[in-house]
Amino acid sequence: MASAVVLEGITKRFPGVIANDGVNLDVADGEIHAICGENGAGKSTLMKILYGMQPADEGRMLIHGEEVKFASPKEAIALGIGMVHQHFMLADNLSVLENVVLGAEPTKWGAINFPEARTRILAIGETYGLKVGTRDLVETLEIGERQRLEIIKVLFRGARILILDEPTAVLVPQEVEELFRNMRELKAQGHTIIFIDHKLDEVLEIADTITVIRAGKTIDTVKPEDVTARDLAELMVGSELPTPETRESTVTDHVVIEAIDATANDDAGSPKLRGVSLKVHKGEILGIAGVEGNGQAELVEAIIGMRPLTGGVISLEGERMKGWGVRKRREAGIGYIPEDRTKRGLLSGFPLWENAMLGHQSMEPYVKNAFWIQSDDAREQTKTVVEQFDVRTPGVEVAAHALSGGNQQKLIVGKEMSADLVALIAAHPTRGIDVGAQAAVWEELRHARAAGLAVILISADLEELIGLSDRLVVILRGDLVAELDPASVTPRDLGSYMTGASVQERST
Amino acid sequence: MGKKLMYVLAAPLIAIGVAMVVTSVVLLIAGADPLSAYSNMWEFGTRLETLIETLNRATPLYLSGIAVAIGFRMNLFNIGVEGQYILAAIIAAKVGAEINLPPVLHVTVIILTAMAVGAFWSGLAGFLKVSRNVHEVVSTIMLNAIAVAGITSYLLSIWDVPDESLDTALKSIPESGWMPSLNGWVEVFTRDIKRVELWGFILVAIAVGIAYHVLINRTRIGFDLRASGENASAAEASGTDPKRMIITAMVIGGAVAGLVGLPELLGNSHAYNLRFTQQLGFAGIAVALLGRNHAVGVAIGALVFGWLDRASGVLEVRGDAPREIVAIMQGVIILAAVVAYAVVERKRRAEEASAAAAATAAAIPIAQVGDDEGGAS
Amino acid sequence: MSNRNSPLPDLTSAYRRLVGTPGEGKKKLNWRVWVLGVFGIVMMLSLTQQFAKLETSDLTSSGTWLIALAWSVPILMAGLGGIFSERVGIVNIGLEGMLVLGTFFGALGTLLYGPWWGMVIAAIAGAFGGLLLAVATVTFNVDHIIAGVAINIMAPGIARFMASIHFPERGGSITQSPTIVGVSTFNIPFLAGGSIGGWRSPDMLGAIEDWDWFFVSDLAGIMRGFSSGMSWLGLVAILIVPAATLLLWKTAFGLRLRSCGENPHAADSLGVNVYKYKYYGVTIGGALAGFGGGFLAVQLSGLYREGQTLSKGFIGLATMIFGNWRPVGTALGGLLFGFAETLRLRDPNAAHGLLLLVGLSLAILMLRALYKRKTRVAGWLGLATAGMLYWYLSTDSVPNQLPKITPFIAVLVMLIFATQRLRMPAADGMRYRKGEGG
Repeated sequence: MASAVVLEGITKRFPGVIANDGVNLDVADGEIHAICGENGAGKSTLMKILYGMQPADEGRMLIHGEEVKFASPKEAIALGIGMVHQHFMLADNLSVLENVVLGAEPTKWGAINFPEARTRILAIGETYGLKVGTRDLVETLEIGERQRLEIIKVLFRGARILILDEPTAVLVPQEVEELFRNMRELKAQGHTIIFIDHKLDEVLEIADTITVIRAGKTIDTVKPEDVTARDLAELMVGSELPTPETRESTVTDHVVIEAIDATANDDAGSPKLRGVSLKVHKGEILGIAGVEGNGQAELVEAIIGMRPLTGGVISLEGERMKGWGVRKRREAGIGYIPEDRTKRGLLSGFPLWENAMLGHQSMEPYVKNAFWIQSDDAREQTKTVVEQFDVRTPGVEVAAHALSGGNQQKLIVGKEMSADLVALIAAHPTRGIDVGAQAAVWEELRHARAAGLAVILISADLEELIGLSDRLVVILRGDLVAELDPASVTPRDLGSYMTGASVQERST
Repeated sequence: MGKKLMYVLAAPLIAIGVAMVVTSVVLLIAGADPLSAYSNMWEFGTRLETLIETLNRATPLYLSGIAVAIGFRMNLFNIGVEGQYILAAIIAAKVGAEINLPPVLHVTVIILTAMAVGAFWSGLAGFLKVSRNVHEVVSTIMLNAIAVAGITSYLLSIWDVPDESLDTALKSIPESGWMPSLNGWVEVFTRDIKRVELWGFILVAIAVGIAYHVLINRTRIGFDLRASGENASAAEASGTDPKRMIITAMVIGGAVAGLVGLPELLGNSHAYNLRFTQQLGFAGIAVALLGRNHAVGVAIGALVFGWLDRASGVLEVRGDAPREIVAIMQGVIILAAVVAYAVVERKRRAEEASAAAAATAAAIPIAQVGDDEGGAS
Repeated sequence: MSNRNSPLPDLTSAYRRLVGTPGEGKKKLNWRVWVLGVFGIVMMLSLTQQFAKLETSDLTSSGTWLIALAWSVPILMAGLGGIFSERVGIVNIGLEGMLVLGTFFGALGTLLYGPWWGMVIAAIAGAFGGLLLAVATVTFNVDHIIAGVAINIMAPGIARFMASIHFPERGGSITQSPTIVGVSTFNIPFLAGGSIGGWRSPDMLGAIEDWDWFFVSDLAGIMRGFSSGMSWLGLVAILIVPAATLLLWKTAFGLRLRSCGENPHAADSLGVNVYKYKYYGVTIGGALAGFGGGFLAVQLSGLYREGQTLSKGFIGLATMIFGNWRPVGTALGGLLFGFAETLRLRDPNAAHGLLLLVGLSLAILMLRALYKRKTRVAGWLGLATAGMLYWYLSTDSVPNQLPKITPFIAVLVMLIFATQRLRMPAADGMRYRKGEGG
């Protein structure tokens, strides 16, 4: 078969780092080609180069044998390349049709030809089994529908080569199957698909060819029938895989955090938590599994005090926290590793020592009498955190934005853990960081547990949840629907509880 | 350290340079000689009397700049200093005129009144933002108009004291409520000062500047404020109550804004009248921008703007150009300054990032460009 | 959107029905809402007029409304300028400055080349202001509000400096231009007695207005206000409203503009040159504001005077919010402010009568709240109604400052009660750098 895409020696540098270092890739026409690599390996950067969003510093690109250079996605689109981004590129307040035609509008007398656009979109839907309502506002669509819309956008532009950047990251297993059906349909119609993923079972299931990238370099290209998941994993990481397993149980029967029938609303005022009851014990990691948007974010915010309860009780060490602000809860010993570190966890323009102070700005040693900042003591404390938690930085005066994601996360985990805690809420603590930092964070969570903290762990990484938790609960539509033993549950089972495909009789 | 200083100074120097170039071009187009204009301004502007007037002008500008800067520090755009200080000035003038107290106490009461009025009017915008989510830029614009064209104008009409001067003005504040001139102190070091008085309120302005610096940099409230400005949701997760911070910042800013009219009121006019200086609130925004919300930076900004205002008078006298050229110059300085700050800041950040990456590169083998962050963000 | 605790009628969704959902999903206009709304408003004006006859005769006269329409133009143009700018994601607080540029250059251009060229020059000057804002915010990523403030500081400086060069030698002064003459006006034939080829057609609405019948004559008066004494420039301004709507919601250009304000990264990923469209949007916005400023000086005031914009740029911004970032809503808001301004200019006593109008409106809102069983809201509204009526009955006049600030109070009240229903472009005010995010 001829090659649809050939990349040779692609190199891309950013200030201080090399994202792609001489990457080679050969994608045959009409195949599903998976690109595997862990976070930070340079996969997305490579795809952005192929799609014309960023120029490569070095290297050649050949599309169907012709050497090309893209100055913008427009040129890539013109050659039949389309990309579905990891974070959907949709405008919520525009209709489905407007999102699809944007940039490639069929026009008549200078105006958009709405009937023609609608006909073409519906025809694509027919051909590939991708159905959406053209008049709906995108904000009303579900995740799966949005992804279909993204694929339609690409096909509308006549793409023959589709790049899917971690399309399964936001989907539950059942939705993944739907996506794979669509992908097989596309392949049957002669499209070429480049598919980025790091979930190995998925890759082995769908891909015709697999290329592994590590640290910005191509490691190997293999066929799925020749390798096992274990082989792939070792190619990706380059060494023995770290596993997130905890050792012997340290769980006690001393309840630290307890929620009874807690209910809360989202920002728009509709109920998001519908009577959650849970107990977290000293020395225990309670894992909370759930598809995003089912109330776990609201639960975390309710415990830390950012979201008022509309009913029920949450207590700490037997004391009701009603009316306590975030500060009081933190002073009482609740630590918080936020879900999105750039949004909730960092002051990116501030030096590290002020970032370490964040969340502890009413506490010693950072501040005296809860009023006067002790900058020398704060710097010393930050240096201790940096050393203990292996934050790689030239110093504590460096602004937080200058650090890599993994080091930022280590700083956040470190400054939380070095405070005097009784409980820790860790929301997606390893999201978007490299494998080394991931292992370090797992180690710290185990330390926290061993030190007698009550830990609540929320994660989309089901293996992480299963590996670290002492107990697992599943949240669905604002309700805890199942309690599972991590020792016996598989990610697939967990997935079906998360989507409501399996239902458990509630014991309490 | 030298590099850090360069980064601090680069932007304002570029801005003033650009402004001089643009101004020169405008002057040339208008058929004037820029060199003669600048040298006349310099000669006139370095006279002792002009410098005293510059300080008198810079004092309210500085207070206004600090009032704006407090909001800016947490990304609140208090466009409402204009209304806050004018409303505060007329009410403080009325209170000051109606009471009779011993000297220091009298001034203190006037100052506190002005601060309270400013804080209230500004707090109103804060309250609307917190309770009804009304953006402070829009609400303060509306409140400005209501305060200046509505309330102040109405109060002036009902509190006007008819007298032989036919001037629309309130009753004067008795002498116990005046701020003494500082000419005596200055004359110790220089010569006799003719015609002008150095307003005593400059001491209050200096105290406000020091208090501002300490509050912002050395206290928890200041940290909460700065953190909210840098990243509101991170600050919230750290335990600052965003609503309370908004109210706090607006109230403190408004209290300082209340002081803006007092240098003139207590040092010179002693009564609120129709000619009372306006537009200081908007000038304060410019000064705060130029000084990057830093206590010393704002002072320099206020002095530069004050000097331009005062030294430009000579242009018309000597027939170089209309003095309005200064308004263009100030505008260009602001626009050039914000652009230059943005460019310098971007460059500084990039350099910091690559320095940090270089320093840790030995330890980290893998290129740490977050896959989902798309590189050089 | 829920309408909990809100004592205002559901204006926004009424607009939505009026304007339709954007783009292709456009539903049929709900004419009943439209007609009912207009009749309701006229009825209220009629009633007030009836009760307050001794004080004012102007609430529904054609003279008032033709001036109201004219005075709404600068505000409307500023509001439309704001729409174009904010639809591409750039908050434009510099509209006031662009308006100022428009007034000065409009007047200067009119002095030199006549009113039509004067308006073109005003629009170009405003576009220059917009371009400046675009350079600062798009290319250099300066915070939008800071850049806007800088323009607001600079524009009067430019106007003042240039005025001091140009106007004194032409019989004006530093702060004022000599008088200038705008373009001619016309009446619509048959409706308002305009002439066709020298033949003067009958003035039907005028005749009905003169009957002085309750409601009927009032309606005719208002309609005659919209069809008589209109300047050709005013007509251009009014036609820009539907043109802007079509441009933004029916063309590829408009869709691309809006996409930059909703999700620039999405637009970029589809090959839309986001920077370019942001420049287009802000510059067009500036040109519209400049036109508005020119209209103010050339057509309405007959001269340039320093400070004559009187915050109309800011009111325009508020009107844009009032109209939920859509042209038709903005036009209605502009008309409201034009009306308030007119009453202040023509008939200060009418302001006292307006207390009654406000009282009546509050009473209607109270009944509505009662009907919806929101007793607490109804209670507050009842109190406000009583206060307003007491004020009306116990006084003969209001401070003459009140009409001046009425628009500002109106905007504030509107924002206080309707903020939740407004929807600004999703990426409005955000800094954008190509390749970042996503």
